[in-house]
Amino acid sequence: MTRLAVPKTYKLYIGGSFPRSESGRTYEVMSADGRFIANAAKASRKDARDAIVAARGGVTGWAGATAYNRGQVLYRIAEVLEGRRAQFIAEIEEAEGVSRAVAAAQVDEAIDRWVWYAGWADKFAQVAGNANPVAGPYFNISVPEPTGVVAIVAPQDSSLLGFVSAIAPALVAGNSVVVVASERFPLSAISLAEVLATSDVPKGVVNVLTGSPAEIAPWLASHADVNAIDLVGAGELDWISLEIDAADTLKRVLRPESGPDAAAPALGRISAFTETKTVWHTKSLR
Amino acid sequence: MSFLEYAPAPESRAILSLRGDYGLFIDGEFVDGRGTPFQTISPASEEKIAMIGNANAADVDDAVAAARRAYDRTWSKMSGRDRGKYLFRIARLVQERSRELAVAESLDNGKPIKESRDVDVPLVAAWFFYYAGWADKLDHAGLGADPRSLGVAAQVIPWNFPLLMLAWKIAPALAAGNTVVLKPAETTPLSALIFAEILQQADLPPGVVNIITGAGDTGAALVSHEGVDKVAFTGSTAVGRAIAKQIAGTDKKVTLELGGKAANIVFDDAPIDQAIEGIVNGIFFNQGHVCCAGSRLLVQENIHDEVVERLKLRLSTLRLGDPLDKNTDIGAINSKEQLERIRELSDVGVAEGAERWSAPCVIPENGFWYAPTIFTNVQTSSRIAREEIFGPVLSVLTFRTPAEAIAKANNTPYGLSAGIWTDKGSRILAVADQLRAGVIWANTFNRFDPSSPFGGYKESGYGREGGRHGLAAYLAPTPIGQAASRQRVAAPATAKPIETADAAPKRSRRSAQRRSASAPKKGTAK
Repeated sequence: MTRLAVPKTYKLYIGGSFPRSESGRTYEVMSADGRFIANAAKASRKDARDAIVAARGGVTGWAGATAYNRGQVLYRIAEVLEGRRAQFIAEIEEAEGVSRAVAAAQVDEAIDRWVWYAGWADKFAQVAGNANPVAGPYFNISVPEPTGVVAIVAPQDSSLLGFVSAIAPALVAGNSVVVVASERFPLSAISLAEVLATSDVPKGVVNVLTGSPAEIAPWLASHADVNAIDLVGAGELDWISLEIDAADTLKRVLRPESGPDAAAPALGRISAFTETKTVWHTKSLR
Repeated sequence: MSFLEYAPAPESRAILSLRGDYGLFIDGEFVDGRGTPFQTISPASEEKIAMIGNANAADVDDAVAAARRAYDRTWSKMSGRDRGKYLFRIARLVQERSRELAVAESLDNGKPIKESRDVDVPLVAAWFFYYAGWADKLDHAGLGADPRSLGVAAQVIPWNFPLLMLAWKIAPALAAGNTVVLKPAETTPLSALIFAEILQQADLPPGVVNIITGAGDTGAALVSHEGVDKVAFTGSTAVGRAIAKQIAGTDKKVTLELGGKAANIVFDDAPIDQAIEGIVNGIFFNQGHVCCAGSRLLVQENIHDEVVERLKLRLSTLRLGDPLDKNTDIGAINSKEQLERIRELSDVGVAEGAERWSAPCVIPENGFWYAPTIFTNVQTSSRIAREEIFGPVLSVLTFRTPAEAIAKANNTPYGLSAGIWTDKGSRILAVADQLRAGVIWANTFNRFDPSSPFGGYKESGYGREGGRHGLAAYLAPTPIGQAASRQRVAAPATAKPIETADAAPKRSRRSAQRRSASAPKKGTAK
C-alpha cells in the first residue's frame, strides 16, 4: 500500500514570515513534463512594498552585525542546506526535468557558493578598502559599507543556483534584499527561504517574492526606499525601462546577464552593492 | 584704519596672456566651434574676458572621433610607463604655470586668489602627479591582472572648481589608458582652455584629450553620443538623474558626483576654536559653491548660543571683495543665475520662519555677491535644511543626543559628506560608522587629496574619484582566461614611444611654447 503524500503550500517570505500574497492570487507551477506541482503565490505591488519595508527594517541590524557574525550566519546557511540536499535535488529534478546528477551538481554548487561568500564576509573590506597616504597630518581610511536595500530579479533559468548566486553576494556586505524568484522555477527559492529562516538569518534580511517579474520589478525599480537593483535575471523583461525607473532615485544598477555564468561568483558582485566611506581625522600630539 | 582694514593687495593680471577668443580643442588643435560663440565674464566685475567657441552636435562628433582615433591608434597601445610620463609632464607644467592658472581661475570663476593659488591649483598638480604613478601599476588597482581601459570617456564638469574638477576627471582616465572628451562649465571655460595649451606643451598625442566648450546641450550631446564608453559627470542631482536615464540600456559605464546637504555635527565637548574655523571653512570656502559643503550645522543644544555668537563674530571679520586681492576671504558668486537661486532660497528660509543674519560687509557695485549668512531657528522640514543652496548660507539646527544627531544628519536624500567635532575618539568612530555619507571629516572639514576617494551615497551619486577607487572607475577587469601574459604587459610600448632622451622633451616643450604664443592653431610637434 503506497502512502498518500502531503504536498507543501508554497508562500512568500517577508519579514521572517511566510504569508500568502495579500492579493490572494496564485499561479500554477508545472513540472518539466507538464504536470501540476504546486500553486505558488503571485506577489502583488503591495507585497513588494511590504517586502521593502521589511528589508529596510532588517538592514540596520544586519549591517551593524560584525563581519565575523555575518560570515558565520552565511556559513550556517550552507550547513542547513547540506542537510536538506535530497529535498532540493528532488525538487529541481521535477521542476527542471534534469537528471539526478545534474540536479545534485546544482545543489552542491549552491552550497559551495554559500561557503565561498561566507568566507568573504570578514575579508572583502580588507581587499576593497585601504588607508590613504594623504599629504597632511590626517588619519585617512576608506572602507566599503553596505548600500542598503537591494532589489534583485533572480536568474530565470535556474531553480536554486541562480537564486543563491544573486542573493549571497549582496548579503555578504550587510545589505538586505528583496528578491523576485524565477517565475518558472519558484519552488526551490521558497524552500531556500525555509533554510534561511532556520539559519539565524535575521528576519527582514532576505525577502522572497514569487510571481511575475514583469509585474513586480517596476515597483521595485521605482520605489524610493530601494537603494540598488540587480537586474541579473531581467534580460527577458523591458529592463531598460527598469533602469530608467531606477535613475529617478539614482539607484545602483547591475545590468542583466545570461547563460550558465550569470551571477558567477566574483568579488565584484559584493563590491557592486557597497559604498566606499572615507574617514579623515586630524593627527596631533596636543 | 581699524585692524580689519587692509590696503588692497591685488595679484597682478600681467601674468595672463589671454586671447580674445578661444576655439574648441579637438585632435590637438584649436578649431572654431560651429555653434554660436559666447562670452565668458568675470563674475566679480561683469567685465568680458574672452569669446568662447560653442560646440554643436557636429563638433561633438569630431571630438569623439578624434578621441576614438587616439585611443585605437596611440593611447591604448602605449605602455603604462609612457602614459605615466606624459602625466608627470602635465603635472610639472601645471606647477610651472601655477600662478597664471590661479589668476585665470579667480578671474573667470570669482573665487579668492588665496584659494585658487593655495588649494585648487596645487591640488591639480598633485592629482596629475598621483595618477601618473598609477599608469604602469594597473595590475595593483584591485581589478586583477591586466585590467582593461574602457575607451572614450565623456566628462562633464561644473563651475565651482573648474580646473580641479578637470584634473579629477582627466588624470585617472588617462592613467588607466582611456582618451577623453571633456566639457567645462559654460561660465568657467578659461582655465580648461589654458590647460589645453599645457597639453600642447607636453606634446600629448593629438586627440587623447579634447576639450569642447558650450552649454547644457553640448554636454547632453556628448554624454549621449554612441561613440562614448564611459560617462563621468559632476554637477547637480537633477542633471545626474537625466544622465542616468540617458545611458540606461547602453554599455556605458558611469560615475556621478552630485549634490549634497552635509551635516556638520558639533558636540559640546568639541575643541571650540577649531570647530568655529571648521564650520566657517565648511560652508564659506569657495562662497559655499561646494557640493560637499557643511551646509547644515547640527550643534548640541547646550552650546548653540555660544557657537552662533562666535560664528557671527568670526564672519564679521571675513573680507568680501575682489577675488584677485590676496586678502579676500569671500569672492564673487559665480553667476547671476546662481545668485538669484541663493536669494530665492534664502527668502524662502525667512518665509518659513527661520531667522536670517548676514555679515555686515560692503557689497561691490558690479558683479554678483552674497554676504555670508546664517539661519537660526531652522526646522528640519524647511527647504533651507533640505535643498542644496550652493552658496554662503548656513542653516543651524540643534540636537540633544548622538542618536538624534545621527538621525538628523541622515535625514536627507543626499549622502556626500559630513563633519564631526568632538574630543572623544570613540564617539567620532561610532558616529562616523552610522553616518550615510561617502566622506566624513572628523575635527576638520573640506580636506581633499588625490589619494583619498571622494563620492557619495544615495542621491549624491555613485562611483568614487580619487585614490585607487577613482582609478577603478576607468577600468574593467579582464575576463578570466583572457588575461595577457605578464611579459607582454611589461614590454616597452608598441606604439610611438615618448621621447625619452633627456634633452628631447625640453626642446619640444620650448618649441611648443613658441608656437602657442605665435600660432595658437597648431600644437603638436610631430
